[in-house]
Amino acid sequence: MHLTKEEEEMLKGELGQGTQTAIELLVTIGDAYDAEKMIPISRAHAASSGQEGDLYFVELLANGGAKCRVPTSTNPVYDIEYFEGLFKAPRKEAEVARKVMEGYKRLGAILSWSCLPYLAENIPLNGETVAFSESSATPYVNSVIGARTNREAAQSALAAGIIGRTPEYGLQLTENRKATVLVKVEVDLNNEFEYSLLGQYVGREIGYAIPVLAGISKHPSTEDFINFCAMANTSGAIPMFYIPGFTPEAETVEEAFQGDVPPDRITVTHSELEQMRQELQTARGEIDFVLLGCPHYTLKQLGEVARLLKGKKIHSGVDFWVCTSATAELLAKRTGYIDIIEKAGGRVVADTCIDEPCWTVYKEKTGMTDSPKCAYYRRFKEVAVADLEDCTKAAIKGKNE
Amino acid sequence: MRTLMTKLKCHRIVGGYGEGEALVSYEPICFYLTDPKTGVIREKTHELSGKSVANKVLVFPSGKASSVVQIDGLFKLASRNLAPKAMIVKDVETVLIVSAVIAKVPLVDRLEKDPFEVIHTGDLVKVNAEKCLVTLIRK
Repeated sequence: MHLTKEEEEMLKGELGQGTQTAIELLVTIGDAYDAEKMIPISRAHAASSGQEGDLYFVELLANGGAKCRVPTSTNPVYDIEYFEGLFKAPRKEAEVARKVMEGYKRLGAILSWSCLPYLAENIPLNGETVAFSESSATPYVNSVIGARTNREAAQSALAAGIIGRTPEYGLQLTENRKATVLVKVEVDLNNEFEYSLLGQYVGREIGYAIPVLAGISKHPSTEDFINFCAMANTSGAIPMFYIPGFTPEAETVEEAFQGDVPPDRITVTHSELEQMRQELQTARGEIDFVLLGCPHYTLKQLGEVARLLKGKKIHSGVDFWVCTSATAELLAKRTGYIDIIEKAGGRVVADTCIDEPCWTVYKEKTGMTDSPKCAYYRRFKEVAVADLEDCTKAAIKGKNE
Repeated sequence: MRTLMTKLKCHRIVGGYGEGEALVSYEPICFYLTDPKTGVIREKTHELSGKSVANKVLVFPSGKASSVVQIDGLFKLASRNLAPKAMIVKDVETVLIVSAVIAKVPLVDRLEKDPFEVIHTGDLVKVNAEKCLVTLIRK
């Protein structure tokens, strides 16, 4: 790979060990893909997780004196103090999480602790070159916004944020942004939960691919897009997709395929969505908890929870949780949503991911969520997946009927 | 008993040297779904379910699963000296490269012959990623 004079200096360690470690990782990736050079990025998002592998790399960079050169936001870990006061969270894991969070601070990252940084804390524009890791973030910024990112690992996105560059390969190049699979959607999608089901099905069927979803006639909402991205890039590896007419990079199916529309296609009808719904709706009967906000709930979704819980009482045997970002939490508090949710007996928590040790208390419990991704992590005995309305109904009744 | 030795060129992704018994998987591998205390693949539906990746030369098509868990899985194995000695893959992807760098496991691709045709589980395999050379020894 051709490196500029400054990049050569970084690689030799002249700008410090942390920067050297960061560029070494990116040169390894660039060489693997035969990239010709590095290109500047304007922002990055590191899918921090609070796990041991995360800690190792963050400390390696921070101890080596590295600092982010471009705005670099962070994924949720968990609100350690809040959960320590509430449950006896495992000490050792809390220590790892605490050190990870300190490490990102030392690196000068934006401490967003949000998995939807592209909505508020770190927003790319159409055409920007960025490095965004995190399941929903990669396809969202590529497809919905029209910025350019590869399907980054947390560490490669962080390294890119440190040196302000990424190797030019993969989805940074127009020819690789070509669609690869045609998906005919022959069913009306009525809410964001149905977009989760669609994402779950499409990801599972096509694995690693760039699909075009043809046949959608109503403009998907922000939340529809978020859910489709998160689920499709978890059940499969979907770094980008097209919905002609509603995503900016191609007006038509032909344009998305850069001319060569393949003959093979998959079709999604009412029956495929129903099949997903049935597969995910596992546990029936009494439930111990409801866990929402994977990906983080937006302000609009917090408003919807408040509307469904207004004047109601959550069953005494059910813990009701909503995870969101600090930004959305602040506005939800100001708007009055959180007050309503708390009066009904629910809790809203910021900065927290559902795949973290703070939830160990529910390990042997049965719960409900509206997120297939939450169920996929298998942190709980059993989790039924249904839409928000059914989740709140079950929380009030104490059982999933 | 005759010993058959074959030398094959490859493309270095993550440098280093590792040798061990080959373990061939036709399916992608997620290191988060192995037992961190033994290296045994826990994924019930996987073709290698119950087999250990520890200290093997692992031959597989590519990695799979979310970026966060893959790296943590391989890192945990490496911190107990249970990571594969080297990895030979057909398709690289960013997450697997990062995992191999963090866990310090040599990783190569573009073997001059199809690795699934020439390497069998149980062969002794030496991966010299620095010299872009894979040596197979079959007894």
